[in-house]
Amino acid sequence: MPVMTYREALRSAMAEEMERDESVVLLGEDIGVYGGTHLVTDGLIDKFGDKRVIDTPIAEGGFTGAALGMAMTGMRPIVEMMTWNFSFQAVDQIIQNAAKVRYFSGGQVTVPLVIRGPNGGGVQLSAQHTHSLEGFYGHFPGIKVVSPVTPHDAKGMMLTAIRDNNPIIFMEAGALYGAKGEVPEGDYTVPFGKARIAREGTDVTLISYGRQVPLLEKVAETLEGEGVSAEVIDLRSIRPFDTETIVNSVRKTHRAVVVQEQWRWFSVASEVAAVIQEQAFDDLDAPVERVSGAEVPAPYARNLELAAFPSVDQIAAAARRVLYREN
Amino acid sequence: MATTRSRSAKSAENGVAKGAETLPYDRDTLIGFSRTMTTIRLFEEAAQKAFRQGKIGGYLHLYIGQEALALGFLHEYRPGDKIITAYRDHAHALILGATPREVMAELYGKGTGLVKGKGGSMHLFDVKNGFWGGYGIVGGHIPLGVGFAYAQAYQKSGAMTQLYFGDGSIHNGAFHEAANLAGLWGREGMNPCLFVLENNKYGMGTSVQRATAMTDLSEKFDSYAIEHEDVDANDLFAVLECAQRVTKKIRETGTPYGIEAQTYRVTAHGAADFLERYRGKEEVAEARKHDPINRYEHRLLEMGVATEADLEAIRAEAKAVADDAVKFAEESPEPDLSELYTDVLAD
Repeated sequence: MPVMTYREALRSAMAEEMERDESVVLLGEDIGVYGGTHLVTDGLIDKFGDKRVIDTPIAEGGFTGAALGMAMTGMRPIVEMMTWNFSFQAVDQIIQNAAKVRYFSGGQVTVPLVIRGPNGGGVQLSAQHTHSLEGFYGHFPGIKVVSPVTPHDAKGMMLTAIRDNNPIIFMEAGALYGAKGEVPEGDYTVPFGKARIAREGTDVTLISYGRQVPLLEKVAETLEGEGVSAEVIDLRSIRPFDTETIVNSVRKTHRAVVVQEQWRWFSVASEVAAVIQEQAFDDLDAPVERVSGAEVPAPYARNLELAAFPSVDQIAAAARRVLYREN
Repeated sequence: MATTRSRSAKSAENGVAKGAETLPYDRDTLIGFSRTMTTIRLFEEAAQKAFRQGKIGGYLHLYIGQEALALGFLHEYRPGDKIITAYRDHAHALILGATPREVMAELYGKGTGLVKGKGGSMHLFDVKNGFWGGYGIVGGHIPLGVGFAYAQAYQKSGAMTQLYFGDGSIHNGAFHEAANLAGLWGREGMNPCLFVLENNKYGMGTSVQRATAMTDLSEKFDSYAIEHEDVDANDLFAVLECAQRVTKKIRETGTPYGIEAQTYRVTAHGAADFLERYRGKEEVAEARKHDPINRYEHRLLEMGVATEADLEAIRAEAKAVADDAVKFAEESPEPDLSELYTDVLAD
């Protein structure tokens, strides 16, 4: 199987679908001539022209709204948020229009719109350029929220996203754009709402998505050295949500740690913990632990930033607590 | 209050006659305009009454006194065109072909409503007739219309978008971001969009003068290289002439065009607003003298197209249509509870 980077996987999904379907167009800041801030769209303007790879002014609300208008009327636009931090400028379009227009039109309108871009922190971009918005967007009915972490899933889920007839919040692991992995050749899709068991285990379930998944795999290795077999679940999709895979795993391990970069209150981890207590209460041998980002705007200094996000040590400690091996 | 400014005078100089004698409308069409405006008026008066009786919930924003505006521009609607507006949307939907029954039923929140009771007054949609909503956030729909127009050009459809928005929304960033895109894309013929600024002089209770230091609102189109003009939108003939000319140009060029349509909101912002601390009764009384329906009827009488008896008959007919719509709405069933969870996501 060919090996490619996360970035290349995304690009190949978009390019292949643009070959197949003329209604697919890209919009975003510096995605064309510049090649994309993160080079995800590099070269596509040469291949598809400036009517399909549309460089926009820096006005997220305007171009997201315009893309939504295109999506409502027969096109399949893909909007690049240079980073998801800028999507606050477009929240009125995403939430008030994209997520709701099908409902308040009584089903007269469909919205095949993908909004994609890097999400999360870890590269010292400080407060305004560091957010994990899965919980925020996951709150609203009418949109789907996904967060692939492997190049395989990046391509397969992007193809699913483009072909979906709903607004998709596609949150990329920005810190992993250069990470490599095996990607099948040709057309394949990865469905939404189906979590991935990244590593099988029997003693404790570690649950996350996006950039935290490789971290969980490291934790699992650490725990293995201590004689603990950890199962790692990559949610892949926040809404729709795969309850079954989580519950089945907890029924097996009886213990769960949920990890996220975002803030703890009203977050994805809160929801995962709630689902586990609702559906696997009798199977639990310990309260569900949540490991989250520090309750502060993201700091700049490297040591402070590292302290603000979940670490191998923090997660391993949480796992030991649910195993009653550590206080 | 309706005023004619220099740029609409310019259109007369261009040699397009404004008298009915030379307008390309036969008697049936002219009578039809009267019937449409009168029906909308009586429909909305009936809705206002029902609202005050507590039969209509939420908000109710009326178009009373602005009917000629939408009618004149929508007369240039052609199949494939897309029409979008904010929440003062009853007239647009009715003119495009939604029936008074289904619109009234929507206001009543009934299952027979235009959008199955899921949107109410602010979210009328009738896609089969080119009406793409019906949006409740001031300014928020403007970028959508620009996107419609891009898609129409991209698809080489030959169709165009009419994008309506109020004077209150022109101060919102969404207008400026969208107009900037329209101007930019229009340079390459990729934005056949008619921006219709419905200047009814108030954004809720804040007059144009209290909302901006640059009160000549259409000048704002200049910032985005969008050609524009003003029209006295309480004069149906002026609107019809303007609409015919500018839509032809938009279809030919794929470039956007801005209209500042001068009208006046004689009713309160919403039907629930009784205290009008922000303006005097004299101002409203003065504006009512320029009522578009009265003006139009006066012209019909003047031209000998209709008699007072004809107009009385139209009013009686319109009253019957409004009454029938109310009766239909009142007798219609509420939406089935199973509808609560439908139309959230598409398959």
